[in-house]
This record gives sequence, C-alpha cells and structure tokens, in this order.
Amino acid sequence: MIFSILLGTTIIFFIFKSLEDNVVYFFSPTEIYNKADISFNEKIRIGGLVKENSLVKNQKSIKFIITDLKNEIIVSFNGQVPNLFSEGKGVIAEGKLRDKKYFVASRILAKHDENYMPPEVSEALEKSN
Amino acid sequence: MFKNFFPNKILSLDNKFIVSLLFVMILIVLVGLVYALFISPPDYIQGDSVRIMYVHVPSSFIALGCFGLIGIASILNLIFKIKFVSLIAKSLAPIGCTFSLISIVTGSLWGKPTWGVWWVWDARLTSMLILFLFYFAYIFTWQFVNNFERANKITSIIGIVGLFNLPVIRYSVDWWNTLHQPSSITLTSAPTIHYTMLVPLIIMFLGMVIYSLIIFLLRYKTELMKLKLHKKNKNN
Repeated sequence: MIFSILLGTTIIFFIFKSLEDNVVYFFSPTEIYNKADISFNEKIRIGGLVKENSLVKNQKSIKFIITDLKNEIIVSFNGQVPNLFSEGKGVIAEGKLRDKKYFVASRILAKHDENYMPPEVSEALEKSN
Repeated sequence: MFKNFFPNKILSLDNKFIVSLLFVMILIVLVGLVYALFISPPDYIQGDSVRIMYVHVPSSFIALGCFGLIGIASILNLIFKIKFVSLIAKSLAPIGCTFSLISIVTGSLWGKPTWGVWWVWDARLTSMLILFLFYFAYIFTWQFVNNFERANKITSIIGIVGLFNLPVIRYSVDWWNTLHQPSSITLTSAPTIHYTMLVPLIIMFLGMVIYSLIIFLLRYKTELMKLKLHKKNKNN
C-alpha cells in the first residue's frame, strides 16, 4: 500500500523532472541573454512585452521589439497576428533565433495579464498616469 | 459540520431539502447569469469574451476543490478504513471530472480569440489536463474493478497521488513562464478584477457550488442506499 503510494509519487516526480525544460513555455529576453546553450536551429519561444512605439508594419511583414524592461530582442514576423496583439501588451513569439538580439517568428501569440476591468476604468487609469 | 455527512443523516435527508436547494441554486444562477451577461461591462482588452470567465473560473475552482476533498478522503480512508468516507469521495469524482472538462473547454474557447490558439502545452493547461486524467482514472477504477475492497484501495492511491498535482496547478503560473495569466484572485493581495466583474463571478461561483452540492447529495445518498441493499442481500 505505502509502497504503491511512494511509487506513484516518485513517478509523478520524475515526470515533472523530465518535463522541467519543457515546462518553461517561453524565455524572456534576459533569460536568452544569460543562456549559454542556445541552439539557433531549434524552434523556441520568447515572451515579454511589445515595446511601445517599436512596431513597424510593412506590406507583408511586421517587426517589433520584445522587452522584459531589461533586455530586448527584435522580432520579425510574416503573417497574421492575434486581435489582442498590441504595443505595451504581453506577447509570445514562436520561431528561431538568428542571434541573441534577432528573432524570426513563425507564430505570434498574445499573452493576457491578470487585470480585468471595464474600458472606462482603464481610460481613467491612463489619464491619471 | 462534518457530522451532517454521516450516513444516517444523509439517508434521512428528504427531497424537500434538495428541492429547496435546487430553487435557491436556480435563483442564484439566474441572477449571476443576468449580471454576467448583461449588466457587467466588457473588458478593456478582451471585450465580451471576458464573460467566458464567469463559467471558466468557478469550474476550475470546483474541479480543484473536489479533488482536494477526494485526496483528503483517500488519506482518511487508508488510515481509518471508514467505508462512508470512500463513498463521499466516489460521489464527488464525477462532479469534479465534469467541471475540469468544462474548465478546459471554456478555457480553450477563450484562448482562441485572446491568445490566438485553442490549446498550448504550457504548465497550467497541461497540469489541468492531468487533473482531468486523474479524475478519469479514478472514476474508471470504481466502474470497472468489481471487488469493492480492491477498487477502494486503488482509488485511494489515485486520490492521494493526484493530490500532489493540485499545488502544481495552482502555482504553475508563478513557478514557470506560462501562456496562461497569473491568478487574479489570491488570498494575500487585492483581486485584480474590477468589482463590476468580481461580483458576478462570486455569484456564479456560489450558484455552481450549490449545484455541485445538490449533485453530490443525490449521488452520495444513492451510494449509501446501494451499500445498505448490498448488506441486506448478504444477510438473507
């Protein structure tokens, strides 16, 4: 009995242990900056905020900067962004790193934060800031 | 309070009580739905898809809460070997299972317009899926292991092992980078949901908890009656 509980718990523990690398859904620009073993051929995800005034739209592609307020990575992307993608908001980009400062995305996800409020409140907050 | 869940109390529970609970539940859910769908404002970023939250968040809470109770019951069951505790856990499982599925489906419906995807394998979503699988295994075992003692033992082990998954779900958004946002409602700090959205959320939560309680009482009573019948048949 106790043995099977221990066994079950150990299995769970090892599953999480082996998932540890995958459990991290995305890396922040600072984590990329500090990371020693970066592979430039593998698909990875980076995430942070879309830097204000960094979004440049061309005919087909867009370019913007992902920041965690310490480090930044330039992202270029060719395709459709989600509706909630906008400057100053959270974003996750999936794709490949060219170098530590340049990222070519194949998919963009908008990340939502934990704040929920009506539009009037958000406007009022912005005014008071 | 716990004494109210002793077998003789439940068996003498009359339908009047259940029916009145049902009326209270319907009233609360109606008020909650009107508030959530019509009175409460759209979100400043998400727009109207924020309204999915009023079902999603209570479902997730109930799914986690039910498994918490199942885990505790499983521990009590293994230590003290009280039969009705395992019947409490058995009756809770389908409720939690259903709500974990509702949580995953509504989350997915919300994810598409918000994140741009239905599903990702981040820590929160994955651990929630694991919870559903634990429920599934738990119910499956009760269903298909015919010997009561054996089923009781196996399900208790599933209940206890699955208990470790609960803090992982709760804190996954803090421990790791996830696509899922961190908790808006915590014990330690003020909620980051505006009160015009928090109030319908709480009303809906209350209504859905009462709904779960009704289903639980009905199931639990049935289980106890089955046990009684089983004993009677044995004695004859």
